[in-house]
Amino acid sequence: MPEFCGISLAHPVINASGTYDAIAARRVYGDALIEDFPFSAFVSKTITPERRTGNAPRRIWETPAGMLNSIGLPNKGLEGFLAEDLPQLAELPVPLIVSVMATGRPEFSRLVEAVGGREEVAAIELNVSCPNVHSGLIVGEQPSETEALLQTLRPLTPKPLIVKLTPNVADPAAVAVAAEEGGADAVSLINTLKGTAIDPKSGEPALAAGHGGLSGPAVRPVALHQLRTVRAAVAIPAIGMGGISTGADAAEFIAAGASLVAVGTENFRDPRAGARVAAELESARPLGAAA
Amino acid sequence: MSAPFGRRLCEVAANRTTGGYNVFSLLDREGPEPRPGQFYMLACEHWEGAGGRPFLPRAISVAETGPAARGVRLDFLVEGIGPGTDRLCELAPGDAVWVNGPLGNSFPEPRESNPGAAGAILVGGGIGIAPLALLRRRFSERGVPLRVLLGFRDEAHSGGLELFCGNGGDLCPEVRLASEDGHAGHRGYVTDLLAAMLAGDDAESAVVYSCGPPAMLEAVRGLCAERGVPCELALESPMACGFGACFGCAVPKPEGGYLRLCVDGPVLAGDRVAEVPAHA
Repeated sequence: MPEFCGISLAHPVINASGTYDAIAARRVYGDALIEDFPFSAFVSKTITPERRTGNAPRRIWETPAGMLNSIGLPNKGLEGFLAEDLPQLAELPVPLIVSVMATGRPEFSRLVEAVGGREEVAAIELNVSCPNVHSGLIVGEQPSETEALLQTLRPLTPKPLIVKLTPNVADPAAVAVAAEEGGADAVSLINTLKGTAIDPKSGEPALAAGHGGLSGPAVRPVALHQLRTVRAAVAIPAIGMGGISTGADAAEFIAAGASLVAVGTENFRDPRAGARVAAELESARPLGAAA
Repeated sequence: MSAPFGRRLCEVAANRTTGGYNVFSLLDREGPEPRPGQFYMLACEHWEGAGGRPFLPRAISVAETGPAARGVRLDFLVEGIGPGTDRLCELAPGDAVWVNGPLGNSFPEPRESNPGAAGAILVGGGIGIAPLALLRRRFSERGVPLRVLLGFRDEAHSGGLELFCGNGGDLCPEVRLASEDGHAGHRGYVTDLLAAMLAGDDAESAVVYSCGPPAMLEAVRGLCAERGVPCELALESPMACGFGACFGCAVPKPEGGYLRLCVDGPVLAGDRVAEVPAHA
């Protein structure tokens, strides 16, 4: 049984934030979801201090071996999450990791204190792919911003803090080092790659926002490279993700240094993908082992 | 009854062309019988083409269903308009299809939409006639007074009419047609027929059920709102997952914010929609 930041897990496959709504899935599939829960830990959609409705459609667009999305983090806000969603997520049979995002350190602190104070929450993932409204810089693109944020948040909770790294930087390892120096317990990578698709019918960007985040098997080599680079630079563990669809894919991420792997876009195609990837990984021999 | 959790492989029993579209049948040995308006996420067993597409499964409404040797038969009416629907149109008997569903809500009973309802008017356009075929049969079997108005652009976009035929092979008597090119029925829009019907005295006791292209649905919604007739619209929206995970299928609400069409729809009462969204 893998252990991650002191949390015991039944297998090394979890979900990527924002790719599974366990509450909606339970309404669709009933308690079979709970009985055969596909992941060994559940990562929530990102929670922000205030309610967000999300971006105007069109929000998704299929691309070769992947998709672009520009969803805009719709969520009920901190109060709505704690009152309505957290009690339902606490019924899941696995540890809960809550993803949070804010546009300034005071708001980020409020989220981490409130979420970290709930016993239902095993760990917190920090979505740092957002601007700091005070500096105007994307926190996760700047080592100094990332380190300062972690230094602010670290004293607020004893729970593991996982920094979700953005791939849209020249040197993700520098950001990972900053997160580690600020006190992060782990990193997770990769978030989606910035991309644009043009709708051939209109000649205009296909997504209403003009651009979105690319995910799916198309990004897998990028994710593996960034994972190796980051793991060479830090001692803290990493959750690897980016286009994992099979156990063989997951084995590549583990060979590249991941302690856990996360399934994202594949969940859309196969609601039980997490369990399938875990079973395939279990039955696969270690990469590089002699036949 | 919930959809089985996850996706399953179902065998293709038949596939035939019909007026520019295809109707293919799957044998589902695990799922419950679907309700009218529900949909499935479908992907061929070997899905990705040479260019990496299709990648995501496609959301397709069920057009008809019935008992099969083991389980249920699911019929889907599909128009090949891209890499995914093209592949579905090429399915051959014996092929396997990944199936996730039935998903989403279904058309409500007339009295759920309008306590004084005495009958139903079904309005379909193009490929959107699909979910109305099963709805028509269910209403007909229960003796709900029915009118069915179906519209087509031209003969090359007029498939699936046989789904509205009785056992004798003739179009059911409650069905009236419209075509923009005049090849069948009224020359013009199906909404011309609806407007005439809603001008009648008994319109207020009807509920309108509709599925079709966004412009048609928006016209149906407008006509029904003018006459104070409740309408139930089956919408379409870009959808990666079908079970509430991807948040792609956002439809604007009149009061602001968005619905997720996969779990809040695909059937929405006309007054729950700010405007029928156009789609690519």
